[in-house]
Amino acid sequence: MTKTLFDKIWERHVVENIDDKQVILYIDQHYIHEVTSPQAFDGLRKRKVKLFNKARTLATADHNVPTKDQHLPIKDPLSRKQVEMLSTNCREFEVELFGLNDPNQGIVHVIGPEQGKTRPGMTIVCGDSHTSTHGAFGCIAFGIGTSEVEQVLASQCVIQSKPKQMRINVEGELSPGVTAKDIILYIIAKLGVGGATGHFVEYAGETIESLSMEARMTICNMSIEMGARGGLIAPDKHTLAYVKSKFPNENWEESEKYYNSLFTDDDARFDVEYNFMAKDIAPMITYGTNPGMGIKIDGTVPTKEKLSSASSMQALEYMGLVHEQKIIDLPIDYVFIGSCTNSRIEDLRQVAKYVQGKKIASNVKAIVVPGSHKVSEQAKEEGLDLILENAGFELRGPGCSACLGMNEDKIPSGKYCVSTSNRNFEGRQGPGARTLLASPLTAAACALNGKITDVRKEIETV
Amino acid sequence: MRSQWKNYRRKKRNRDSMKFTQIKSTAVPLPMEDIDTDQIIPARFLKSTSREGFGENLFRDWRYHTENTQNPDFILNNENFSGSILVAGKNFGCGSSREHAAWAIKDYGFDVVISSFFADIFKNNALNNQLLPLTVSPYVLDQIFNAIEENTQTSFEINLEEQTLKWQNSSDIITFEIDPFKKHCIINGMDTIDFLISKRDAIKTFENEHVVY
Ligand code: SF4
Repeated sequence: MTKTLFDKIWERHVVENIDDKQVILYIDQHYIHEVTSPQAFDGLRKRKVKLFNKARTLATADHNVPTKDQHLPIKDPLSRKQVEMLSTNCREFEVELFGLNDPNQGIVHVIGPEQGKTRPGMTIVCGDSHTSTHGAFGCIAFGIGTSEVEQVLASQCVIQSKPKQMRINVEGELSPGVTAKDIILYIIAKLGVGGATGHFVEYAGETIESLSMEARMTICNMSIEMGARGGLIAPDKHTLAYVKSKFPNENWEESEKYYNSLFTDDDARFDVEYNFMAKDIAPMITYGTNPGMGIKIDGTVPTKEKLSSASSMQALEYMGLVHEQKIIDLPIDYVFIGSCTNSRIEDLRQVAKYVQGKKIASNVKAIVVPGSHKVSEQAKEEGLDLILENAGFELRGPGCSACLGMNEDKIPSGKYCVSTSNRNFEGRQGPGARTLLASPLTAAACALNGKITDVRKEIETV
Repeated sequence: MRSQWKNYRRKKRNRDSMKFTQIKSTAVPLPMEDIDTDQIIPARFLKSTSREGFGENLFRDWRYHTENTQNPDFILNNENFSGSILVAGKNFGCGSSREHAAWAIKDYGFDVVISSFFADIFKNNALNNQLLPLTVSPYVLDQIFNAIEENTQTSFEINLEEQTLKWQNSSDIITFEIDPFKKHCIINGMDTIDFLISKRDAIKTFENEHVVY
């Protein structure tokens, strides 16, 4: 029987079939953060059960943490309580925790790979939809709800039904100024926000294979934005080099045998398959209130005929935009470079290289929020902090920050923010905030010009 | 502040009263598509460490203006509509995995959400909280919206045992799908965590033989 990469990993982890749909699935790695775990720990306590396997559980505080003055107590009492409760729970249940001020702390999906915990062929869950990020390593990684977090804490398993499978192939070479973020925004714009619901997506093709691990994480991260349960990419030499670099002294022989078996067989069948060409992809920007409402940066907001539902009318009104409008040259107020989509060292390097010796526009406030303390440190080591600060960016401490506005980092109502995060929902970055999703490179170009900018034009003039 | 929540029909329930086999109720229509969990319950209300009370902030930014006054145009603030069934446009519950969205809907007083299409994580979260995500075809969804538009007091009947849905003034009986195990859990008020705890020995055996590379 020919099998997909997904089948191979899934089958190794089924403990038992419950009915013809639902299975008990064993989880190799469980990540935890402060927002979706307190009720689950509470449940364990009420049921008087212990954590099933603490070695397979890792926690961090990220959603609520301030990005300024992280050494001081958290000002907001509710945020503080949630972060403290995570510490209390982790102490009581003996879970390893990278809490506030820990040198390993950061956004859960940034630190997992960074710590070498995320490895090919694993099943990984977290009470967070962007768990799909870890699929970049060739894992079945998906977000779960709090009841399921409790399932995993209590049994190291979740009850799941096997999703359908989709493959998305991208072939050819990317044009200058086009990055992984543009690939995924392009795919989501093509498929729509519900386009992959019920499916697990394998990304394949030479364009995907040519990408670094960071770029692959950006792509898998946003799988959920088209409704997919998760996304994954077959491990290859890039993957192995990344994973091995975390533990250079470990004996990798047996593991490598397993990793090398992780690919989709030649004639394996998918429920759906899409093909895209890299040359068709341009720098992307969103104009609406879901990640599927994206266009080429020099394109126009779709016509009334194309965009006529009540939801899309409401979206345009919320964004202060109209049908057939060009987005290019739209003045902006904020730039946010961060989130589990684009806050890794490669993203910061790219931005720093581009803005070196330049200054951001006076009408823009721009912040860079690294994904983890380790990314922060690395940036300092490479002198990126100075480059960014000299250009007028404010460099903050790590966390989710303005990606979801649970801490103080919110975008004021009515203001436009070009953001490298993954969601432009109404109110996502604060009540009334207007988010335009883009790549770090595009965000940097917009910051310098104070308006929506086609980074390709800027590169040409360099 | 509290008095503003006049339509707020929060029900205090224990697990036992949450299980159900049949529901007869009027419905609240919300024909928007792609309603994400950030709209169902905005992130700033996720700071609670308990499961209770989220109904107060269900659809917060649609129900209230920024200055905290009620938005009379939003359906939950319209006294003509009530009931324990919410009917929504396709791709309901997309976005964040926050189970708080399911808690908020249940806590507000809904037992069923009908749509033509649910986001996967939301669907699981709903089922784990005895909130029934009931999927119908786009055609049936339109019919339901029309029926409510014609008569806001249209009564709907859902029989989970039989997996059927019907409504007043319609002779059609619609059947819907639900995984047998999930159905069993809702009908019997069975808790999936207790179920997995009962499997711990089998899981241990599996774990002992399972290599994580
Ligand atoms: S950075 Fe944003 S999307 Fe990522 S985990 Fe944090 S809140 Fe979620």
